[in-house]
Amino acid sequence: MAYEADVLVGGEASGTVIRLDEPLSFWGGLDPVTGRISDSHHPQLGEDVAGRILVMPHGRGSSSSSAVLAEAIRLGTAPLAVVMHEPDLIVTLGALVAGYLYGSVCPVVVVDQQAYDALVADSFVRITNNGATVGVD
Amino acid sequence: MLELTDRDQAFLEGEFGPGAELAMRIVAHAASTMGASQLLDVVGAHIDSCVFYGVAGLDFAERLRDGGATVSVPTTLNISSLDLLHPELYRGDEETRDYATRLMNAYVEMGGRPTWTCAPYHLPERPGFGDQIAWAESNAIVFANSVLGARTNRYGDFIDISCAVTGRAPAAGLHLEEKRAGTMLFRLVDLPDSLLAHDVFYPVLGHLVGLRAGIGIPIIDGLPSSTTEDQLKALGAAAASSGSVALFHAVGVTPEAPSVEAASRGGDVDVAEITPAVVAEARDQLTTRTDRPLRAVSIGTPHLSMEGFALLIGLLEGITVDADVDCYVNTGRDILAEVEQRGWLDALDAAGVTVVTDTCTYVTPILKRHDGVVMTDSGKWAWYAPGNLGVDVAYGSMAECVRSAAAGRVVRDPELWHGV
Repeated sequence: MAYEADVLVGGEASGTVIRLDEPLSFWGGLDPVTGRISDSHHPQLGEDVAGRILVMPHGRGSSSSSAVLAEAIRLGTAPLAVVMHEPDLIVTLGALVAGYLYGSVCPVVVVDQQAYDALVADSFVRITNNGATVGVD
Repeated sequence: MLELTDRDQAFLEGEFGPGAELAMRIVAHAASTMGASQLLDVVGAHIDSCVFYGVAGLDFAERLRDGGATVSVPTTLNISSLDLLHPELYRGDEETRDYATRLMNAYVEMGGRPTWTCAPYHLPERPGFGDQIAWAESNAIVFANSVLGARTNRYGDFIDISCAVTGRAPAAGLHLEEKRAGTMLFRLVDLPDSLLAHDVFYPVLGHLVGLRAGIGIPIIDGLPSSTTEDQLKALGAAAASSGSVALFHAVGVTPEAPSVEAASRGGDVDVAEITPAVVAEARDQLTTRTDRPLRAVSIGTPHLSMEGFALLIGLLEGITVDADVDCYVNTGRDILAEVEQRGWLDALDAAGVTVVTDTCTYVTPILKRHDGVVMTDSGKWAWYAPGNLGVDVAYGSMAECVRSAAAGRVVRDPELWHGV
């Protein structure tokens, strides 16, 4: 199935979904050196987001999360893309600035409830059309 | 479609240099993300990008600075990764120290005031009611919106300095009157007045409101009109840690909430009851365990106010911190100067309390041991430190913190939560 998405940061990516049960603050929640979830309160503590399509309902917590995401992108430990149900400026800025600095691509897109529900754990997702289409295998 | 002024356009066309152009590109991109159709002027900015979280942040700051960017509105700087006044406290590696120093220099060179505090609202020139500002640092954001009635969105890294350089912000979200209505109502039920009067309650209330409100705008009904700024500060800091709260209304306390109807702007809101059982559960979530050795006590997150110091100095009377415990108090350098003026430094020294400025004990390697419990009076510290530092944490009142520091183990005051 292919779904339309609102593009916060454009780009294309494909990979398997890591779907977060709860939103994650990258600051205090993602270790940019390892790409693993480090928030001890998070139910998916220790899971690896590197090279996955990160799906979470919305952003959370600290305003320092943009820099942590940008750093993870610089180090190659970031998710390939972030798909959310609600727009989030902090996530957007991390991916946007990393693009300006390093020419990297980490699309950030927003989908409606139907598409969000379809993005189940470990499904394979293709983000195409500069981010405007999210295809779920 | 984003409507730009001639001046905005001139920024985008590089007339003010490549640094300012990049800043405006980021502001414009943020505007489209937030659904804004225009930008508005801001009268001040608070920058959080000056704390070092990786080379990407430094690369960005130096790109702006080398591109000739300077701030165009009064701009304060948040905590950094180093305590410049007490450099001996830093236990991190030299490479990080060098990066962090370069980052701080870049922001000062761009015109930021080296205030190095997460509590810019304790500075004398804080914003007033209705002022449009671009603030970063989640606790400062929620304080500015809720307690001061100033207007800022949840700005973070990169966008904060971009707004400061351009003097502009997206006309969206909490900058707009109609977006400031409370979205959910928390009614305090059956909580004893003695608890509502005590500082220890507010981080716990903030913690549970943050967990439940998420990105909503909570209205809290039932706080006494005597609720202090420091209590609201602690509430907001915790709510912005466990959740993404950028504005709350406390009925009869905060300036946009003379009544529930005023706070909700007459809209419908879901109602949740905050009962003693709910409060007790939230309180317990802020303590991981207490059956390991107490290694440190950390007070003052966000940075301690003068009122907080007055309280602390009183509590320290006749107290000496145990030799096996390190006791820290985090504050801003401007507050420290006032503390020094009042002659309070001697009392802190005599008791064995270490003052940390310009940074915070959960952001920078300062603690000597991580293999035990750290006690704190901060909901924010309690929330983040286990993940950041790998310590166990015990949440308590400032008085419990001081007594525990002296005893060398976690000491509780059984009366504190009477009725919960």
